[in-house]
Amino acid sequence: MSTRTVEMALATPSIDASGRATRTPLRVPIPGQDLPAETMMVNIGPQHPATHGVLRLVLELDGETVLRCIPHVGYLHSGFEKLGEYRHYNQIIPLTDRTDYLSPMANNVALALAAEKLMGIEITERCKVLRVIACEMSRIISHLVWLGTTGIDLGAFTPFLWSFQERERIYNLQEMWTGARLTTSVSRVGGMMADIPEGFEAGLRDFCATFPDTLREVDTMFTRNAIWIGRTQGVGVMTAEEAINYSLSGPMLRASGVAWDMRKDKPYLDYESYDFDVPVGEHGDIYDRYLVRLEEMHQSTRILSQALDRLKPGPINVADPRVILPPKSRAMSDMEAMIFHFKQVMEGIDAPPGEAYFGVENPKGELGTYFVSDGTAKPVRWRIRPPSFINLAALPKMCTGALLSDVIAINASVDIVMGEIDR
Amino acid sequence: MTGPSASVAALRAAFGAAVERDDLICGDAIVWVAAARAHDILTWLRDTPGQEYNYLVDVTAVDYRDPEHPLEVVYQLRALDRAEDLRVKVSLQQSAPLVVDSVVDLWRGADWLEREVFDMFGVSFHGHPDLRRILMWESYNEGHPLRKSFPLRGHYTRAEQTRQALGITPEANYSMEELSIAQAYNDLPKDMQERLEASGRLEGA
Repeated sequence: MSTRTVEMALATPSIDASGRATRTPLRVPIPGQDLPAETMMVNIGPQHPATHGVLRLVLELDGETVLRCIPHVGYLHSGFEKLGEYRHYNQIIPLTDRTDYLSPMANNVALALAAEKLMGIEITERCKVLRVIACEMSRIISHLVWLGTTGIDLGAFTPFLWSFQERERIYNLQEMWTGARLTTSVSRVGGMMADIPEGFEAGLRDFCATFPDTLREVDTMFTRNAIWIGRTQGVGVMTAEEAINYSLSGPMLRASGVAWDMRKDKPYLDYESYDFDVPVGEHGDIYDRYLVRLEEMHQSTRILSQALDRLKPGPINVADPRVILPPKSRAMSDMEAMIFHFKQVMEGIDAPPGEAYFGVENPKGELGTYFVSDGTAKPVRWRIRPPSFINLAALPKMCTGALLSDVIAINASVDIVMGEIDR
Repeated sequence: MTGPSASVAALRAAFGAAVERDDLICGDAIVWVAAARAHDILTWLRDTPGQEYNYLVDVTAVDYRDPEHPLEVVYQLRALDRAEDLRVKVSLQQSAPLVVDSVVDLWRGADWLEREVFDMFGVSFHGHPDLRRILMWESYNEGHPLRKSFPLRGHYTRAEQTRQALGITPEANYSMEELSIAQAYNDLPKDMQERLEASGRLEGA
């Protein structure tokens, strides 16, 4: 084989009338006879801005074409799952803040839902709505980080500023609610850490009203941008069969044309009663992943508006003194409340022997929480099914045969967060 | 009977005694199968019309606090079309070698998940194309962190851990695949050198 075909997306940066990139495959001659095939090893990371954390990629290159891609993870390994075995269920919640640290509230909710499934606790109506608000706010900020950083990786600086500005508004709301911007720990087994404060609803309504404008600006900036299209269309393709076989989840799976969303197909928190659409791609490339995530932010805004409408006054915690701490004033004045307070803080909440798996649709994909209990207040096993770990495992498949510059784009499109991958 | 319970009944009809027991806990259908037939059973669950558990949600393992209790490898399966989950468990006696057949040939998504179980629990997956540690480094020698016999702070003292960390040759952390390129052969631990020789990747080094 003396020649090979290299499809160079940037060779002809133009788009046709329907907005798709026009490409001319270049025939590149390889002087195979007079030069021995020599490959080059390139190491990217672990300290590299385009690896989105401490990810190390070892690439074997033939010219600019990737022959092999070997990811190395584990630099941020903190042993969360092991730590969880030494903690009460409520004490695990602060650990979940630190797994996928771009969407802490959604992780908090996922853990509480799994513990409640294990213990057979039915949460209140207001709690469900508040948790939906927590989850969808997380989805928006996580996708905004993805949008901004991916734009920067591909050379677009402006959308990064827009998305981080919008993200700041959600962070302010999170701070209002929990007192923390990142380490929210907003949920508890059987309820929430706190009810939303005064002014939160108005702030979120204002966000829902104005946020779509920013999304439309991003849309005008990216969706028909020749450079963006050239760098993303047809790059890092996963077909539907491959996506299922590689256990991809979330926007990665849906961009490949598989209409699977835990909120629709295995509903929790009454998601089936909300009116929203699940965007599905058809080509499974980076461009479709972008479109899916962009539309998901619109849909999350829709869900947030509906959740605000159905937010009725009521208790946020279950009326079970064995699970929920009594108010501090009662714990200090009432003997029985004080005993419950003491037992919960010192002994935790006993879970019945058994096990439960609960999967939720997190921004990155399906976040599964698997608890095994032997009847004590601390789990025998706390397993996180980490969506970006499993999505990243498909990186060698997507990168092999691509160009070196595509590796950066493909890696960005997976939307990884190393806190969750390394745990 | 509908749903996962029907799958369990069909499994019993097809595999008989290889299906050890089943249960419904917190609404999740769980079936325990013999380690020797696990790969056959998972293949059957994936490919048989009417079952079609085509999506592997998760592979993990559980080590119980009771040292007599067998270690369990857990496969979380899903039929995407029917939105049904089934949990398949394989019990491995702690006294025998912890080995089970790899399912990477069925689901490529199992690749890193099985590596993680190997890294964290020491379960070997027979037939895995690239079974090496994933979260811990290749020369890590304290054992498998998620085993109950592994203390929370590790087997070694903090001083010993620091001494080992400072004594590490960075090249020794390169994986076998990269070594053919990196040519750091002489800095490797002896057992890795032997494995590398056996793998035939040494040409050019």
